[in-house]
Amino acid sequence: MLKSKLSSRSRLGSLSRVFQHGDRPWQGVIIIISILVIILMLAIGGMLWVQSAGARVKFGWSFLAPTANPNWDPVNNNFQAWPFLFGTLLTSIFAILFALPISLGIAIFLAELCPAWLHTPLSWMVELLAAIPSVVYGLWGIFVFLPKVVAPVGVFLGDTLGQVPFLGSLLTGPIPASGASRLAASLILTIMIIPTIAAVSRDVFLAIPASQREASKALGATEWETIWQVLIPFGRSGILGAVILGLGRALGETMAVTMVIGNSIQGGVSLLQAGYTMASIIANEFAEAVSGLHTDSLIEIGLVLFIITLLLNVLARFLVWRATRQTPQEARV
Amino acid sequence: MDMKMEIARSVFKSTVEGDSPAKLDVKNLAVYYTKFRALADINLSVHEKRITAIIGPSGCGKSTLLRSFNRMNDLTPGCHVQGEISLDGSDIYAPGVDVVDIRRRVGMVFQRPNPFPKSIYDNVAYGPRLYGIRRKSDLNEIVEKSIQQAALWDEVKDKLHQSGLSLSGGQQQRLCIARALAVEPEVILMDEPASALDPISTLKIEELMQGLKQTYTIVIVTHNMQQAARVSDYTAMMMIDEQRAGRMIEYDQTNIIFTRPNDKRTEDYVTGRFG
Amino acid sequence: MSHFAELIDRNRVARGRQRKAANIIMLSLTGLLTALALVPLFWIIGYVVIRGGNYINLDFFIHLPRPMGMTGGGVLSAIEGTLVVTVLAALFAIPPGVLAAFYAARYPNTPLGVALRFSTDVLSGVPSIVVGLFAYSAIVVPMGHYSGLAGGAALAVIMLPTIIRTTEEMLKLVPATLREASLGLGAPEWKTSLSVLFPAASSGIITGFLLALARAAGETAPLLMTTLGNERFDIGQIVRGGLQGHKSIFSIFWSIVNQPVDSLPLALWKYAQQPYPERVQQAWAVALVLMLFVLIVNVSTRVWIQNRTRRMKG
Repeated sequence: MLKSKLSSRSRLGSLSRVFQHGDRPWQGVIIIISILVIILMLAIGGMLWVQSAGARVKFGWSFLAPTANPNWDPVNNNFQAWPFLFGTLLTSIFAILFALPISLGIAIFLAELCPAWLHTPLSWMVELLAAIPSVVYGLWGIFVFLPKVVAPVGVFLGDTLGQVPFLGSLLTGPIPASGASRLAASLILTIMIIPTIAAVSRDVFLAIPASQREASKALGATEWETIWQVLIPFGRSGILGAVILGLGRALGETMAVTMVIGNSIQGGVSLLQAGYTMASIIANEFAEAVSGLHTDSLIEIGLVLFIITLLLNVLARFLVWRATRQTPQEARV
Repeated sequence: MDMKMEIARSVFKSTVEGDSPAKLDVKNLAVYYTKFRALADINLSVHEKRITAIIGPSGCGKSTLLRSFNRMNDLTPGCHVQGEISLDGSDIYAPGVDVVDIRRRVGMVFQRPNPFPKSIYDNVAYGPRLYGIRRKSDLNEIVEKSIQQAALWDEVKDKLHQSGLSLSGGQQQRLCIARALAVEPEVILMDEPASALDPISTLKIEELMQGLKQTYTIVIVTHNMQQAARVSDYTAMMMIDEQRAGRMIEYDQTNIIFTRPNDKRTEDYVTGRFG
Repeated sequence: MSHFAELIDRNRVARGRQRKAANIIMLSLTGLLTALALVPLFWIIGYVVIRGGNYINLDFFIHLPRPMGMTGGGVLSAIEGTLVVTVLAALFAIPPGVLAAFYAARYPNTPLGVALRFSTDVLSGVPSIVVGLFAYSAIVVPMGHYSGLAGGAALAVIMLPTIIRTTEEMLKLVPATLREASLGLGAPEWKTSLSVLFPAASSGIITGFLLALARAAGETAPLLMTTLGNERFDIGQIVRGGLQGHKSIFSIFWSIVNQPVDSLPLALWKYAQQPYPERVQQAWAVALVLMLFVLIVNVSTRVWIQNRTRRMKG
């Protein structure tokens, strides 16, 4: 009798001990969830790889190679993705070109010149630009921005710079009457990535130690000379990281671009022509994809997008981390 | 007014006659950070081509005073100044004065070495380039001369294009000195230049200063009394009053300050009884 | 006069003036560029408010869309669809996101922690359309049809990295002393995490989640290939029908999420491209609703953060 009472009490005791040190289950739970997150990432990549097998096997590398004869032919089951690759690269690169000076200007203003009371409201407003949904940008693009800004600018550029040799080939018009063109996509992308580049660059500037500014000013440099010759070089890897982050965003942007780029596969390199991007073709054709190979090809395009943005994202985070956590001097002295 | 302050005032000398002329002349200087008065009633004449040390306990405004000599205090929001600081007879705080030029003539070396993330050459050439000097031959000459004056030439002459940050702490500080010298200032301000360095580098910099005073007027802020005694010709003792404003207590030749100071507070400080 | 002084004296005054002029011009330029960047913000908001506001009335919110070409009708289906999809996304994303963040905050340097951070970074950079492709392959294909469930899952994948990162940062901000005090009193790790750390970080976590939600609500691309769009979607009808047919709560719930649903961003995209002016008007109105939602969430969470930090500073 006594023995059984004792043993039942100790069993209860050990049970409560497990729950009191419910640490084990807790640890287990958070570990499992973390593993699941990692699996999710692998699953996305894996799924894209597997589902695109049909197209990858059939077309190989020529699927992506630059070509003078674009051929995206659902009817004859012949697919080649160069126009989309080109369109994505062209619009994104120009978006960066336009956005970089503006973003740097904003970052410099916010970090170095802005009076304290203005700093928070201005930063908010710049960040709000990033919060506007992509479709709303597209809507405004189609009905307001394109007719009022892009079309006239496109006509002007086509008439003037379009005649210049070399550079002119990028600007041979005429721009479609609606304004739907790669230029339109680049400009809208510019607006959309400015918040990203500006916010990160601002943080990079704020992380630069005050001693650098003091050293420059003490030698008699003006504020601008200090910014241009000391601060920007000091922060250059962080700024590069910001640009790459912005590039990553631009590459993946779908809705606004689709609504204003004209969705045309015709060749040509001009910004003023209608074009197509990787994200846009997937958005436009996936729901009605005709055949298995069609779907596979679209998924392969998705795979390419995934890999490019993955590489860019990792590179950017590394650069930004290096620039804002550790100034070179802390490493030395 | 405090009796002690009265007595202090009466024995206070703001200049020592018979020596070199006053390069920097401070008259009734007060420095405010918005409403707070950080420095009060500062009167001082810094002799040309001499080393003047400013000593005193922590927080008594030594750096604030130093930074008012090249108007670096302007960079602090809310900071304004009353009184006058004359460089060669002209008030540097007069309206319309070219601050950029003042800062060229009155250079500064900071407590922690702060070379730019550029090559050694470009660090030193930074100043001259600002002033429009572009020709390679001119720049080479200026860079070499400045680095030699900073007693750094032998150590870096073969690696001028390496980053300034690749040098040791002591070398970086001498690089900063070379950088300041490259624009040929007339006065060099040093804010605790060796406090972040090891003893050997500190000694090198002190030797350097003896050489530099042949050409430049030097004002050094230091919390290290032995350094002040070793290095300077004149010493100014500062302390904070009841309203937390920094004041000049005594100013005289260094040997007098350290052997038979006039003010008891100075004596207490230099003998280590407080501070 | 020294050589150096000669060199700079040459055109000292002129050069000095040049430098000052360049300084003022460039600094003003940065201010101008900042103002320039804000022009689209006000332009878009202004246009949406004016064009959209003109069209909005109560009908807009409580009626289903009319067939194309007819005037009137509302976007009830889209509103309800957005609600369904975002609620599902929150349900799918918050528990794993918060739990993973606990691990990331507590053990950042273990191999698993490093891999977790890497995965979060990768996931945050995946374009939303690629997430849509994934959700299509993983959910729509096996189930055989489009559904709100798939859409919610896609949005959850988009929200997940943001939730992990914000929660992790908020947890890290909790002072170590709080954690040590709790452990010192004998509380086990899990209790410390749930009853001490989580509440302390909760307001930051909630704001992070709300911001992620606002972003997800505006996403269109992933929904294109998961929810399809459904102008007949009417929760009220489903619920009423279910109650009448004596179905269980679970099966009512299931029939809500297990069919294609409409959503505001999708509706906007469709309407913007249709040739009927009535639809275009409605597109602006939908844009207004979406934008107001997004802006209100963004502005109010930031205002809340400001107030909190001001109060905490004393």
